[in-house]
Amino acid sequence: MKKYFSFFRLRLAMGLQYRTAAIAGLVTQFFWGFMLIGAYRAFYESNPSAFPMSFQAMVSYIWLQQAFLAVFITWRYDEDIFTMITDGGISYELARPVDLYGMWYAKNLAMRLSEAMLRFAPVLLLAMVLPHPFRLGRPASAAHFFLFLLTMVVGLLLTVAFLMIIYGLAMKTISPTGVRLFFPAIVEFMSGQIIPIPFFPEKLRKIAELLPFAGMQNVPLRIYSGDLSGTPMVTAVVLQFFWLLVFLGIGKLLLSSAEKRAVVQGG
Amino acid sequence: MIHLENVVKTYKVARRGTGTRETLRAFFRRDYTEIRALDGLSFDIPDGEIVGLLGPNGAGKSTAIKILSGILYPDSGTVECNGFVPYKDRMRYTREIGVVFGQRTQLFWDVPVGDSYALLKDIYDIPDDVFNENLEEMTALLRLEKLLTTPARQLSLGQRMRCELAASLLHSPKILFLDEPTIGLDAASKLAVRKFVRDVNERRQTTVILTTHDMQDVEALSERVMMIGKGKLLLNGTLSDIRREGESLDESLVEFYRQIELDNREEEEDLS
Amino acid sequence: MKRHSFRLYRHYVALNIRSSMQYKSSFMFTILGQTIATVSTLLSLIFIFQRFPVIKGFTLNDVILCAGIVQLQFSIAEMWARGFDRFAVTVRRAEFDRILLRPRNHVLQVLGSQFELSRIGRLIQGIIMIVYGVIKAQVNWTFLKGLTLFNMIVCGTLLFSGLHMIRAGLCFFTLQGLEFMNIFTDGFREHGKYPLSIYGDKFLLICTIVIPYTLTQYYPLLYLIGKRTDWWLPWSPLPSLLFLIPCWLIWRIGVRHYQSAGS
Repeated sequence: MKKYFSFFRLRLAMGLQYRTAAIAGLVTQFFWGFMLIGAYRAFYESNPSAFPMSFQAMVSYIWLQQAFLAVFITWRYDEDIFTMITDGGISYELARPVDLYGMWYAKNLAMRLSEAMLRFAPVLLLAMVLPHPFRLGRPASAAHFFLFLLTMVVGLLLTVAFLMIIYGLAMKTISPTGVRLFFPAIVEFMSGQIIPIPFFPEKLRKIAELLPFAGMQNVPLRIYSGDLSGTPMVTAVVLQFFWLLVFLGIGKLLLSSAEKRAVVQGG
Repeated sequence: MIHLENVVKTYKVARRGTGTRETLRAFFRRDYTEIRALDGLSFDIPDGEIVGLLGPNGAGKSTAIKILSGILYPDSGTVECNGFVPYKDRMRYTREIGVVFGQRTQLFWDVPVGDSYALLKDIYDIPDDVFNENLEEMTALLRLEKLLTTPARQLSLGQRMRCELAASLLHSPKILFLDEPTIGLDAASKLAVRKFVRDVNERRQTTVILTTHDMQDVEALSERVMMIGKGKLLLNGTLSDIRREGESLDESLVEFYRQIELDNREEEEDLS
Repeated sequence: MKRHSFRLYRHYVALNIRSSMQYKSSFMFTILGQTIATVSTLLSLIFIFQRFPVIKGFTLNDVILCAGIVQLQFSIAEMWARGFDRFAVTVRRAEFDRILLRPRNHVLQVLGSQFELSRIGRLIQGIIMIVYGVIKAQVNWTFLKGLTLFNMIVCGTLLFSGLHMIRAGLCFFTLQGLEFMNIFTDGFREHGKYPLSIYGDKFLLICTIVIPYTLTQYYPLLYLIGKRTDWWLPWSPLPSLLFLIPCWLIWRIGVRHYQSAGS
């Protein structure tokens, strides 16, 4: 455990060194947020009754999305792992006296956390003092806020568990490129990163809300503003936990079977 | 004919503190320190000579090469190479020079070497007959036959250096700059490079300006040695001016540097 | 001399293409990735317009046409001006020295140093979107409409290329934090899929005066889809070429700085 913590600290220190890059990233995220809100405002004004969320909830969704980009972004892999898989360096990794799943999981978690730590506070602080209608609203209630925090954490764990499945699949196929391109594209769409799930057509929306990917961004971001509330919220939270367990299980199975094969091949 | 007179070149280097406060301060106001890379450098090199530029790291050798090849402007002083002012007449002057950086490549990485040469032919507008003649000569001297069809990324360091040398000579330059051409090469490749440079100099009367830390390069190639230190010319002579009885060339060189250091210190003491 | 420059450029391009053909599978995967991204974007547009059939006067077909044009402008610029786009690498590896050592124009050499054929995926998708948009939005073709589209593509491509050039020029001064330039390139590709007027009048004004995006997107688009018929609209992209002057100056100042200050 201590090992993982020191890895996290190292990443954080590394991130801090690239301050200029961090500032540039912040500016970019702000611009992105503004433009997205601008576009959604145009949609809203063209027909407020067709807008599937309150506009305030939408604004919160966008700012939280920008603030926690590093937590949920599907396209951020641990490149070392892919390199190891393709060039066979993985045999060294297997020779170490640690659990592969645990080690990779912790590494990816640390990577995302350390990056998010550097970014989220300034985005949120600035978004809270912006003029109407760009301002980030308050959470719907204390309970919503608590559940938002909880589902954020579970969402992060779920996202990393998903990455582990990708790594496992990449190990099984030895050609990671296709795997890493295709699956995240689906996840990106189905988790509400391109447009929030309430904007999907009704049928697709129902399916999307049952799938594991909703928990990888859509759920926490909508709980914050109270857009997700009452029974649907409870269902979503339970589903999120359920899928986390399933993903952890699948990932572990995939990795250990790939591991065995690698050991046999290497032996 | 290369003529350098009183050339001065200073760099401004941003001084950076550590810690958040310092970084924030540097964000608004930067402190610069001036570094004098060349401090009144003067020398002449007649046509057809091979000259070795020596000096410890940071002495100003590479700055001198960059000014001579037109990459950098000097702050002051006169530079004239074959009737050109390098940094002013870049377009015409660069046709007359060839440059090899031992640490970098000028070949397209993923295509056969011969294809890179064909591109160089277009870049330098080399007439067909001149190009073919040069390529033939280089191929024979550097044994390039097999290499021409190999992508640059698959070449060994020694093979690549042979290809680089040929690349820089295809347009028949009158001056050849070699910046550490033997760095990292094995013994056989080093010998091949040295022999080739000597051959080219004899056949074509190409002026060669060589910077290296390998004293054997200098011994094998240069009639004349110029020592640069702290941006000034410290010695313009031959290796025998440096060589000391019973010591290797490297040892003699270190001793030479040490004496200069001493001289400087005495000067400073005299002044105070 | 001019003819020679063109031949040299073609030669550069041919070498670049042959280089990238050495990595066929990565080339194919890049294109696959672009296709997936385009499909994602289109799907989101379709979903949005199912809810809001007309947004500030524009229909789905108008927006697909607009997005296709911007995508085409962006991808051609990324393809041929890639040398400027990734100039930071050139500076970091001190490869600009080699460019100064050759008896050719810097700009030509930088353009020649890279040619990113893999952007062809985005380029073709852009063309498909334009064709679809043109058919569905029932554009009545006239010579002037063809000219409008042509001007949009050429001037928009040059505008993006100019922005890449600014970024490259800044590389001579600092290599840190230049990611913010992505706002102007990737940002406009992404958010410029909608006609810029949907973001409000103030934004429209900024995008005309500061960086003339509207001249290569919004105004000529209005003519193309028949919303307005003013005589000058087909020519409206041309003044955006003036933007290339500051781009070139920044580049020029950068080169001067490099030669006087060293790396």
